[in-house]
Amino acid sequence: MTLGTSPTAVEKYSAAFIQHSAQSVDSPVWLDTLRKRAWSTFSEFGIPVKRRGNELWKYTNLRPLSDKDFEHGVTGSVTHNQIKALGPWDDTWDTVVVVDGIFSADLSNLHGITGLNAGSLGEAITSGSVNVEQQLASLAGREDYTFTALNTAFLDDGAYVAIAANTELAAPVHVVFVTSDSSTSKAIYPRLLVDAGANTSSVIIETHLNLADSSQLSVPVVEVFAADGSTVQHYRIQMENERSFHLGTTRVNQFADATFTSTSFAVGAQIARNDIHTLLDAPGANCTLRGLYMTNGQQQQDQEISTTHAKPHCTSDQFYKGILSGKSHAVFSGKVVVERDAQKSAATQKDLNLLLSRGAEINAKPSLEIYADDVTAAHGATAGHVDRDTLFYLQSRGVDEEAAKAILIRGFAEEILNDFKPAALYEFVERVTDERIPVLLAESDSLGTA
Amino acid sequence: MLEIKNLHASVVDIDDSEILRGIDLTVNKGEVHAIMGPNGSGKSTLVNVLMGRFDYEVTAGDILVNNESILALRPDQRAHLGMFLAFQYPAEIPGVRPWQFLKAALDSKAEANGEEKMSVRTFSKLFDEKVEAVGINPNLVKRSLNEGFSGGEKKRNEMLQLEVLKPTLAVLDETDSGLDVDALRIVAEGVNSMRSPERSFIVVTHYQRLLNYITPDVVHILVNGKIVKAGGAELALEVEKNGYKSYLAAAGANA
Ligand SMILES: Nc1ncnc2c1ncn2[C@@H]1O[C@H](COP(=O)(O)OP(=O)(O)O)[C@@H](O)[C@H]1O
Ligand SMILES: [Mg+2]
Repeated sequence: MTLGTSPTAVEKYSAAFIQHSAQSVDSPVWLDTLRKRAWSTFSEFGIPVKRRGNELWKYTNLRPLSDKDFEHGVTGSVTHNQIKALGPWDDTWDTVVVVDGIFSADLSNLHGITGLNAGSLGEAITSGSVNVEQQLASLAGREDYTFTALNTAFLDDGAYVAIAANTELAAPVHVVFVTSDSSTSKAIYPRLLVDAGANTSSVIIETHLNLADSSQLSVPVVEVFAADGSTVQHYRIQMENERSFHLGTTRVNQFADATFTSTSFAVGAQIARNDIHTLLDAPGANCTLRGLYMTNGQQQQDQEISTTHAKPHCTSDQFYKGILSGKSHAVFSGKVVVERDAQKSAATQKDLNLLLSRGAEINAKPSLEIYADDVTAAHGATAGHVDRDTLFYLQSRGVDEEAAKAILIRGFAEEILNDFKPAALYEFVERVTDERIPVLLAESDSLGTA
Repeated sequence: MLEIKNLHASVVDIDDSEILRGIDLTVNKGEVHAIMGPNGSGKSTLVNVLMGRFDYEVTAGDILVNNESILALRPDQRAHLGMFLAFQYPAEIPGVRPWQFLKAALDSKAEANGEEKMSVRTFSKLFDEKVEAVGINPNLVKRSLNEGFSGGEKKRNEMLQLEVLKPTLAVLDETDSGLDVDALRIVAEGVNSMRSPERSFIVVTHYQRLLNYITPDVVHILVNGKIVKAGGAELALEVEKNGYKSYLAAAGANA
């Protein structure tokens, strides 16, 4: 084995995989096949190593993750109150709770709405549903990715949300992935499959909470199938603790005239990756991917945002904002591919960053790969500091410097916060933002103003 | 109220950048002073130095408010003393709603002066009243502060803040520029209605136009960083007729 080419840390997961396989003898054959194929993909890639030439992992160093051992197959207990205290909650939402990767009927809050099948992914798998078998782990054509493979290798439960054709859901569906409290470090593999039928309209909130103080690993995978004429509004809340690792992947397959909108709110984890890919697979599909990330301390937040225009007459819009302080590091890697047949495509990409300290670093890399000739596209990225003129304006009206900066940071975030339409969700992201701003300011320095 | 004594100021970090070259100016309680001068004469610099902007350094002289030097005070502390600057170019602040910001400004002033904060209800009422009075489109103030506002709307928004914050020394930097006659009248009415024995104004203007509506007690002509002449309201008319040429020559400026 030559150094640098052999996959990293595979051996740390192999015993757990063998044990998991041995325990999963009752699984359908197709799932068993999926898991084995996924394991072979993971063993080929391992935990990625940051290096030049490795386009997907040029900026984020996963060494702290690959060095670490995580327990597998352990779950702890979680209470209602713990979930409500830490994350957004609304009794009127249909809530599916998944603890350490396993669906919890007790903690879930489901209203039995017509046209909505929400609950355990494990049950959906054993139900023999043809859709589940066809959709699960098809990953919008992106099977060759180490973290989706790692999740699939351990796949047996999670959350399932299916919306029957022509259903318009009045209330959001909330999927809460909780990592239970434990002093030991565990690996969990949250999984969500969303099957939005034709001409449906739905709001899906995906929340990641961590009850532990210790270092945990979460490798979530979300797959969304948005059928013809469907509208899916997705929100993603990532609230890991600052010692944990979160390698999240979302794969969206959109069909004719499907509208998919996703806004992410990423504030947690020591190292976090929000990797989302939307495949615009039929004419008239459009997607809007947005998000806010806030980092401080030594945090790393990596946004890997990509859209493939496979068919004509689709639009995509990526818009992310970052607020960075301390010695934190964020990456925005936005990619739009417009394939040869995808004429009349329109694509925009924008990433705006507010740097509050000298030690904070952003790598913003929007990119367009266009193979069709009739396309409108625009992209841009900026990194700026708190504007001095603006600061003086606020101060001259009697607001002190700290408060003025807080107002400006809050104003910068507002554009994304406004995306969070469900009232309880907006209140949640607003509260977390207001609590985070003083922490960011405490780690800011004079560079924060220019 | 305000005494400016032999004030010299330069741009921080730029050598030989003196802009204000010895300004003396006294504004008593209840008076309205106009400062006129050609472009680039230092009018905005003077009012920004008054408010404590960090781009400038006072190299000599002093500024006294109520007989105490304010040179060591931060801009927010000067605001708490009752000073207010209406900007020539108000900053655009995305995501910050005028309502929310004004409430924060009022609250910090109350806090600094050991007064009770205004209740949200009372503030709302006051805010709505003033929005109507200064003629701002109410939809506009629901959006981001100054963002996408026209020049005139920004100036009206400055007047809105002036009327809500009720300073004792209000400085208006070319609030008239870019305004049509209607807006000009609103600004003037705002100032006139707020004129009181307890409140002083400094109105900076390039043109005499505004002074048709606001009658100043004293007019100062600022050229090349110095006040070259002071007089009554009639001085403004003279400038309107003859321009600044003779003053420029007297000040030795090559403009
Ligand atoms: N921050 C600054 N840096 C450099 N030059 C400045 C700065 N502020 C003002 N000046 C210069 O000082 C002079 C006076 O400017 P200003 O006070 O804006 O004039 P006015 O308001 O009378 O038009 C101008 O020549 C201007 O370029
Ligand atoms: Mg000026």
